Amino acid sequence: MNMHDHHEDVIVIIPQLILAIPFLIGLVVYVIAVITSNRKYAPWPHYRTLFWIIGSVCAIMAVCGPLAERAHVDFTAHMFGHLLLGMLAPLLMVLAAPMTVLLRSLNVRTARKLTKLLKGTFVRVITDPVVASILNIGGLWLLYTTNLYASMHDHMVLHLFIHFHVFLAGYVFTVSMIYIDPTPHRTSYVYRSIVLVIALAGHGILSKFIYANPPYGVPANQAESGAILMYYGGDAIDVVIIFILCWQWYKVSRPRTSIESGYSAQGV
Amino acid sequence: MEKATNDTKLYSTNKYSKRNLWSGILFGLGLIAFFDEMVFHQLLRWHHFYDRATTDIGLISDGLFHAFSWFATIGGLFMFADLRRRNAVWLKRWWGGVFLGAGVFQLYDGIVQHKLMRLHQIRYVDNVIVYDLVWNIGAIILIIIGALLIQKTNQSKDEGGAASNEHA
Repeated sequence: MNMHDHHEDVIVIIPQLILAIPFLIGLVVYVIAVITSNRKYAPWPHYRTLFWIIGSVCAIMAVCGPLAERAHVDFTAHMFGHLLLGMLAPLLMVLAAPMTVLLRSLNVRTARKLTKLLKGTFVRVITDPVVASILNIGGLWLLYTTNLYASMHDHMVLHLFIHFHVFLAGYVFTVSMIYIDPTPHRTSYVYRSIVLVIALAGHGILSKFIYANPPYGVPANQAESGAILMYYGGDAIDVVIIFILCWQWYKVSRPRTSIESGYSAQGV
Repeated sequence: MEKATNDTKLYSTNKYSKRNLWSGILFGLGLIAFFDEMVFHQLLRWHHFYDRATTDIGLISDGLFHAFSWFATIGGLFMFADLRRRNAVWLKRWWGGVFLGAGVFQLYDGIVQHKLMRLHQIRYVDNVIVYDLVWNIGAIILIIIGALLIQKTNQSKDEGGAASNEHA
């Protein structure tokens, strides 16, 4: 009996650690990058560091500890964890401008390699708003409308893959909509706005679909409260993305007199 | 001197008359959707999050309008801020847009989403028809107010446009 319990503990703890460690490494790397950058450049804004720390804590809370454990048996807890891992943590971490501080702290050769990677086809394709939305929202549809959600709890590798995917897709989606870090592949504001509205609609429709059609193995009452949490929690975070997108649009489209137009076109 | 600035102002409000209208329409649409969510879903709890009778197209329509209304509220206000910094706010026309946007969405919600797509009812009572009538007549009143305001600004736009041309 004791052996069995011990075995169960190991099964539970290992995926939690595997999921949490990358975020811990990210936290350490970011702090080192900030310290290195501050030696060479103007002090890195504290609020960005704070965003990264809070974002990392949100992600770690979602994948390990009491919330992650309850998420296995309680769909509402799962959905709360999903909001943290797939929406709030990515948004905060995008706002922390990690690529900027990383590029500042690296030596020129490594920084050039990283820039080359960011300019490459792969990044261009996945940060296209349509592709990013399909990866993000499409992935969620796949998870909750097939038996993937049920299988996730039985297969550790699948569990790991889905959780990393939820975070990365959320990050790529946010990056494709709002430009905080250097963004070599830019798309127009109109295009991003249209895709954003459709993606958010896809998220809202899925929430109500889950309300009516609980994923396999989820009791109806949990599906209902989880769906409502997904719908309104999603709204709360989406509002921030919409606000930043509109604000950046507003800044870029400011009126220019003929005298300053030559300069201000560069300054954004 | 004062006359000259007035003319510039007149010229810029005419140039941006369409943007005043659209800013108002977007904001009005978002505002009424927000009001619907706040009052009828959350405070009164008359509207249901999901109705078993909802059609698939109803869910899709609701999702799109819900997402768009968030965007419209924020985007409409940023457009208004843009008009302000250009010194081109035309408040009467903007309000016309707000009433029109709110009324059109209210009517769409009341007729198409509630009734045809059976998204949810206004309130789950026997004589829901009374609620439907009040809802949709209210929507039509909003549209009429909006249309009247816009009509009025259309007239002054033509006069103002002629006037500013004379001075130019």
